[in-house]
Amino acid sequence: MRYLPKSPDERKQMLAVVGGKSIDELFSSVPEQYRLKKALDLPGPLSEAEIIQYFKARAGENSLGYTSFLGAGVYNHLRSVITDTIIQRGEFLTSYTPYQAEITQGTLQSIFEFQTLMCQLTGQEVANASMYDGSTAATEAVLMAERLTSRGRVLVARSVHPEYRAVLKTYAKNSGLTVEEVPISVDGTVDTKVLQSSLKEDVAAVLVQSPNFLGVIEPIADLANIAHKVGALLVATVTEAVSLGLVNPPAEADIVALEGQSFGLAPSYGGPYVGVIASREKFVRQMPGRLVGQTTDSNGRRGFVLTLATREQHIRREKATSNICTNQALCALAVTVHLCLLGKEGLREMAHQNLSKARFALTELEKIPGVRRAFDAPFFNEFTIELPRSVKLVNAQLLREKIVGPFVLGTAYPELTKHALVCVTETITRVEIEKFASALRSALQQPV
Amino acid sequence: MTYPPSYRYTTQHEWIDAKDGVGTIGITDYAQHELGDVVFVELPKPGAKVQAGKSFGTVESVKAVSEIYAPVSGEVVEANADLETTPEKLNSDPHKSAWLIRIKLADQAELAKLMDAKAYDAFISEKNKEASA
Amino acid sequence: MTERFKKASQHVSQNERLIFETSSRGKRAFELPPLDVPPADAAKVLGHYHRDEGVSDFPEVSEIEVVRHFTRLSTWNYAIDLGMYPLGSCTMKYNPRVNEFVARLDGIATEHPYQPQELSQGCLKIIKLLEDCLLEITGMDSITLQPAAGAQGELTGLLLIRAYLQKQGNPRKKVLIPDSAHGTNPATAVIAGYQVENIKSESHGQIDVEKLRDLVTEDVAALMITNPSTLGIFEPRIAEIADILHRQGALLYMDGANMNALTGITRPGDMGVDVMHLNLHKTFSTPHGGGGPGAGPVAMKKILEPFRPTPVLIEKDGGRLLLDANRPESIGRVKAFAGNFGVLVRALAYILAYGPGIRQATEDAVLNATYIRKKLEGVFELPYSLPSMHEVVFSDARQKQNGVNTMDIAKRLIDYGFHPYTTAFPLIVAGAMMIEPTESESKEECDLFIGAMKSIAHEAATNPQLVKTAPHTTRVGRLDEVGAARKPILRWKQAPARSEAAD
Repeated sequence: MRYLPKSPDERKQMLAVVGGKSIDELFSSVPEQYRLKKALDLPGPLSEAEIIQYFKARAGENSLGYTSFLGAGVYNHLRSVITDTIIQRGEFLTSYTPYQAEITQGTLQSIFEFQTLMCQLTGQEVANASMYDGSTAATEAVLMAERLTSRGRVLVARSVHPEYRAVLKTYAKNSGLTVEEVPISVDGTVDTKVLQSSLKEDVAAVLVQSPNFLGVIEPIADLANIAHKVGALLVATVTEAVSLGLVNPPAEADIVALEGQSFGLAPSYGGPYVGVIASREKFVRQMPGRLVGQTTDSNGRRGFVLTLATREQHIRREKATSNICTNQALCALAVTVHLCLLGKEGLREMAHQNLSKARFALTELEKIPGVRRAFDAPFFNEFTIELPRSVKLVNAQLLREKIVGPFVLGTAYPELTKHALVCVTETITRVEIEKFASALRSALQQPV
Repeated sequence: MTYPPSYRYTTQHEWIDAKDGVGTIGITDYAQHELGDVVFVELPKPGAKVQAGKSFGTVESVKAVSEIYAPVSGEVVEANADLETTPEKLNSDPHKSAWLIRIKLADQAELAKLMDAKAYDAFISEKNKEASA
Repeated sequence: MTERFKKASQHVSQNERLIFETSSRGKRAFELPPLDVPPADAAKVLGHYHRDEGVSDFPEVSEIEVVRHFTRLSTWNYAIDLGMYPLGSCTMKYNPRVNEFVARLDGIATEHPYQPQELSQGCLKIIKLLEDCLLEITGMDSITLQPAAGAQGELTGLLLIRAYLQKQGNPRKKVLIPDSAHGTNPATAVIAGYQVENIKSESHGQIDVEKLRDLVTEDVAALMITNPSTLGIFEPRIAEIADILHRQGALLYMDGANMNALTGITRPGDMGVDVMHLNLHKTFSTPHGGGGPGAGPVAMKKILEPFRPTPVLIEKDGGRLLLDANRPESIGRVKAFAGNFGVLVRALAYILAYGPGIRQATEDAVLNATYIRKKLEGVFELPYSLPSMHEVVFSDARQKQNGVNTMDIAKRLIDYGFHPYTTAFPLIVAGAMMIEPTESESKEECDLFIGAMKSIAHEAATNPQLVKTAPHTTRVGRLDEVGAARKPILRWKQAPARSEAAD
């Protein structure tokens, strides 16, 4: 087997050293009755070429050749080939968590750079070394607010990603946290009247998303003011991080939970992505996840180490801030490389192209009779439209034109029966937008 | 370092200096030595109630977290704010400037259950003997 | 051969500043295709939400500078690709490159989790095949691939147990955890809403079955066991342990962190385990990447199946695969979307490469660990004498007499060209030296490691100072962790403006 570096003779030599007559003797501590008597029933062995062939065949059964207008928390953006080239360097790819600082300065410095980039983007003072993804980061951010305030109620905007809300619900169930939903107002933002009336002194946090799941930008500064009046914390989550190139960061929020997928990570059918928690410096001791700090070595030179580790599970055990051990270091590295490539101007330009193309698409779609923009508040690269008929049926028509239609909002919001969430990033061309508009027009003209 | 004779001590290595119904609480030199370099101290806010034998805060070194237990019960009147910025004082001056909290004593009689300096010294010597055995 | 082969020597290591310090206004490393629609007036359409200035202090560098920056940083890392990585309980094995290749294919990496399921059959077939393979390997009935990592798998497993017991009328109060367990176990139990009760190991480092009998009451929801234990020792009474729990209506959770010792040899499902997680980034070779991403599938017995996180994969007539979210008894979601799919792809590619021959990997892993144990016995103290499997735990008791501890020896290994083994864990061994070579090491690499360890033991006896101040060959010396924790500097900041002459 090509992954195993031993000849039969070397195995024999080693076995002789340990004084075993057969390999089976090495497993003598496993009771006979539980030892497998036959080989596992697994497909393979496959050569490298056969493995590639298998996965290419599976790839062919997916959506190759379609143009997609899906976003909803996962975005298609341009990625430089450099990002994958760098993160596939064995020194990064095949290294462990940097506990041995002397021989992992590469990973440590890159994480320190990642933490800095995340602070700059979000307008926050500190950021961790990454979390599993946006959904778990948002959940952990809420739990962090619970610890900071010692309060047990959380208000969550209904405009937060439905799957993020679902994850929070799972985690909250056994932690004594009560989660209540705040409805959406007519312009698509969180209903501040209901929010204000639900906010009492027992509320730990208000969780909002911006741009929210309907594409609309939330008034973070106003929401922070409202939350702070009763001593609650504002937790803001961002699923489309490219927006931060052009939209004001949630600097007024107390904790930010960001999904970084948009920065150099492929959609990859749902993961791996990378979450981040950023917050005010005074909250850092309650922040979950790893942190890298700058320090000096025995010769006074700058170096980096994992720090404030006492918050973590391997030391605090049952008193840890979270049970998370891994972060998403390699994904965080991809984000770091990608953002260094984009730079200040590149990020701004990318964000601007998203805004421009989404505006253009909206204009084109609004020309179609019966199609209307659902919410008036400003948006970035996603917007909600209302159609005169079922989005599901329309999408089925679009598929025939090799178009993956917009997200069907009715699946997550039963009240939005004829609403679709359209996402247009810089990867979509004008021609594709026009083709989409014309396909939608003819789909709507078909007899029902 | 000698253990101040006017203080009282616990088996968990806290000391208390009680005067006029107010007790100043800290950790002993032995405790700071066991902990190693202290990097962070977490203390309760004034007004918080502490209970004899129950944890009221934590002291952190780089790789360990230790609970600090109240020698006696009472209400916190002051926490040592200096330790927020200079936790290293706990290593250099544990019996004086690096006190942790002051409390209003709930029950003076609880003090009698604690060791005096001589008894604590003997307790430590016994511990050291065990360790080297 | 006249000269003995020496693994490590020194070479030039280039210095590199932070990327922010090399930034200069107006440089670019990335260009977009020209905008083909009318440009939006951002200030107008975004109004007061418009970020006027862009992101301040964001780097501005050229392409070659980005490539050199990260390439230089990479050379400061140790990695499996450079040599043996004997970190106990971490299973640092070779990460096959074909796995990286297939995970990045168009049609795999490009797929959106919300695209229609009829356009996702390829992805779903990959998930299905991996599910089937892992069920065969573990001997369990049902599985979820959603959890993002081992710790999340643990949580999922305990939530499944909780939901199952809740349905019987009482979720119960306590989870029992051996003192040799990884710290994540107790942290997870608390998040799942349970109190933790630690069980002391008996004198051989095994679970004290007699004591367990007393501890398992109707308050106990589960026992979390690691098998082989963190000492690398198989728990032979596992079926009896399962039986004790089951009699009281409690369940047996197995931490599958050490599955690399069992794959193809025996199956947890056959020994009475009710639920377990797997670390795909350990046993199934997906890269650690400097600390993630991972994946932590949870395999379970039939009784727990109704509670799996949503959505679950189901097969319709004609073999069409679907993700079904309509599961009324489900514990809910633990993560958005369909799990860390890219990691799942890599794990499946690994399994396909071996097929049934995966047993050989287990055999080689155990052979390597046993070989190292045999060769180092007598040089280092072996606190537990039961046969070890995929890893061996020594202690620094002998070297300590000269003031040299496990961390010193670990750091000195760096100078010999190896990554340190795991120190200070498991907690039940004072001065633990936990060595897991995995199957990926050749006899020659094992011999070099053994030689290095013996040489360090000799140094510890004759020149302890040399070991205590190690490493001596790295680009940075031991770092001031105390200073880092007392006054945390967690990000770069633009230094206040000053005159250039001051440099």
